[in-house]
Amino acid sequence: MDFSLTDDRRMVADTLSRFLRDSYGPELRNKIAHDGPGYALEIWAKMAELGIVGALVPEAAGGFGGSGFDIAVVFEELGRALAVEPFLATGVLGARLIATAGGPAELVEAALAGEQQLALAHYEPTSRYDLSHVRTRAVMDGDGWRLDGVKAVVYGGGAAERLVVSARTSGSDDAADGLTLFLVDPEATGVRRRAYPMIDGAAAADIWLDGVVVGPDAVLGTVDDGFALLEETIAAGALALSAEALGAMETAKDMTVAYLRDRKQFGRPIGSFQALQHRAVEMVIEIEQVRSAVIRAASLLDGERTERERAVSAAKSLVGRVGKRVAEECIQLHGGIAMTWEYPLGHYAKRIIMIDHQLGDSDHHLDRFVTLGRAGA
Amino acid sequence: MDLSYSAEEQAFRAEVRQFLEDSLPPTTSDKVRTGADLSKEEMEEWHALLHARGWLAHTWPEQFGGTDWSPVQRHIFEEECARAHAPRIVPFGLNMLGPVLMKFGTPEQQAHYLPRILDGTDWWCQGYSEPGAGSDLASLQCRAVRDGDHYVVNGQKTWTTLGQYADWIFCLVRTKTDGKPQEGISFLLIDMATPGIEVRPIILLEGTHEVNEVWFDNVRVPAENLVGEENMGWTIAKYLLTHERTNIAGVGASTEALRRLKELAGLMTRGGRPLAEDALFAARMGEVEIDLEAMKITNLRMLAKAQEGGAPGLESSMLKIKGTEIRQALNDLTRRALGPLAAPFPSEDVEGSNLPDFLPDDAGAAAAEYFNYRKLSIFGGSNEIQKNILSKAMLGL
Repeated sequence: MDFSLTDDRRMVADTLSRFLRDSYGPELRNKIAHDGPGYALEIWAKMAELGIVGALVPEAAGGFGGSGFDIAVVFEELGRALAVEPFLATGVLGARLIATAGGPAELVEAALAGEQQLALAHYEPTSRYDLSHVRTRAVMDGDGWRLDGVKAVVYGGGAAERLVVSARTSGSDDAADGLTLFLVDPEATGVRRRAYPMIDGAAAADIWLDGVVVGPDAVLGTVDDGFALLEETIAAGALALSAEALGAMETAKDMTVAYLRDRKQFGRPIGSFQALQHRAVEMVIEIEQVRSAVIRAASLLDGERTERERAVSAAKSLVGRVGKRVAEECIQLHGGIAMTWEYPLGHYAKRIIMIDHQLGDSDHHLDRFVTLGRAGA
Repeated sequence: MDLSYSAEEQAFRAEVRQFLEDSLPPTTSDKVRTGADLSKEEMEEWHALLHARGWLAHTWPEQFGGTDWSPVQRHIFEEECARAHAPRIVPFGLNMLGPVLMKFGTPEQQAHYLPRILDGTDWWCQGYSEPGAGSDLASLQCRAVRDGDHYVVNGQKTWTTLGQYADWIFCLVRTKTDGKPQEGISFLLIDMATPGIEVRPIILLEGTHEVNEVWFDNVRVPAENLVGEENMGWTIAKYLLTHERTNIAGVGASTEALRRLKELAGLMTRGGRPLAEDALFAARMGEVEIDLEAMKITNLRMLAKAQEGGAPGLESSMLKIKGTEIRQALNDLTRRALGPLAAPFPSEDVEGSNLPDFLPDDAGAAAAEYFNYRKLSIFGGSNEIQKNILSKAMLGL
């Protein structure tokens, strides 16, 4: 048993943490987050140069990581600084997926170098968080394929230079079998995008596919057999978001505890009031629990399917439950100041809460945890 | 990062499991499994079996006859015991007084008392709380006045667990009334057979006799029974409390409680389907299971820290709070899983058994256990006291 990080991972975490501390203050972050495509080119390039995207992709595909702990370490640091750069879209859901599927190496390399933005266009207006609900259809067209459908709230979808699109090649709307993943050029004829900013920063897009024609080489993995890859990728993404939430909660909690020490009312620090002390301690304990759940999910990401999915769902569900509590408590313990745009806490609270709306909320993952447990029992 | 147990630790687990299979008396494990009260003799028998194997004193170093186990080994032993429905080791002599004597006792006290704790000659109980001194322990009033080579003790202790069986009691007594309350406390060992001591039972809300009041009326205690120096009892008390909280997370016991809950939820029905498949109930169970899975890792993280030499301190406060919350949630759900069948009152005083015939034998005590386990968040420093400690020491508030 050993709960320390390997030297390599420690180094990645330290490098990233130092960079974010030196070059990524709250003002710059808010400018990037709420003004433009959701990343600043020079920052993204610098982070890629530091190897942060590479840490999310397995060695065999040109990266130097991609395991559960690699992902968790990077995203916890990103969460601490509330970084909005598209590490999830381009790194985990993009490059890692393409690499795992044995897709075009040059695409992965370009992404690792910070020269290519990617996005996974999977969820649809009616799918909520259901993984297998896909109504977008792909039918054979000569030796290629023709895609029709709508994808909703694709994170990074507006800026992406290449999309991974899930489409149904056989079966009913909700079947796990019959899904295929395609690489699609967003500039191709028949693709329409509507990009928009998100309440917690960064951007997403709705994407319409109207008779989009792709060649046979656009298929990632095997036709009709995309679900397993998709599921593992979403699990990696949910782990990443859980770790990001953990980092964001740590910072929000630290800010709150510092404020409790500094802020004076009735002639004394408000942190001297037991009603507030106990709530702060309860937050700390719950955050420790989240850290444990993230560690467990990270350790099982490369494991057997049911164990992996249950551990990730446990983490994401707990993150949703604890995240809501921490975000709300941090605002309440601060009082009015947390309600302002200027004070950074509110932005942390927004991100922590909205993570529950990405890749499955706490109820979705609780249901999944229970259902998979019953099947496995 | 590596969450797996080492080969040595796995071998140790197998060894413990084998021992429990071979040695744990089935009548005893049956009682533990079904929530029945163990007799004094059954508890002593279990201690004797462990002692014969050299596995009784987990927190003691080898020189005193202890196991010298690592924190992880202690955790494995606790998990396996819970799984096998072994009785808990009665902690007062072994986990509380033993470490105190090793740290603060004279060589004579160590040589006299420690072997008698191990071989079961002396059954110890704890004299800490008083009617007016619960969470505010330092306000205790039980007086010990020096009279020649004796102390004369007057006052009352309460919540004395299993005091009805005890041969000896270790007591916090007031030896000085001026100055700060913490500075006038001493740690005294008292023979329960001394004239002037009276033990009165306290019956708990679910009907069991677990705790007692102990009254002292001019009880003469030899001065050599003082541990440490006069008026340094508070230091000893604090030291003891950190040992009391060893294994406080109760991971093994909660894992077993979850197993039983799931089993019951599979047997009970709602609307003709197993309760385990009821969306509302399954969600409630699922949340506790997620909490418990996380706490197992939290516990291991803190064990790993202790393994590296850190003293159990703030971590144990966190584990105490979360561990008891989880255990109480499991007991709450187990009671609710039984529906109307949870209501009958299982009591040994009633002729025959009034347990319903429609439940497995380990379900009948669910409601009683639920009520009994409300104590978890109160004793050993209430959860609110733990939060005070954490707020001050960890957050600097």
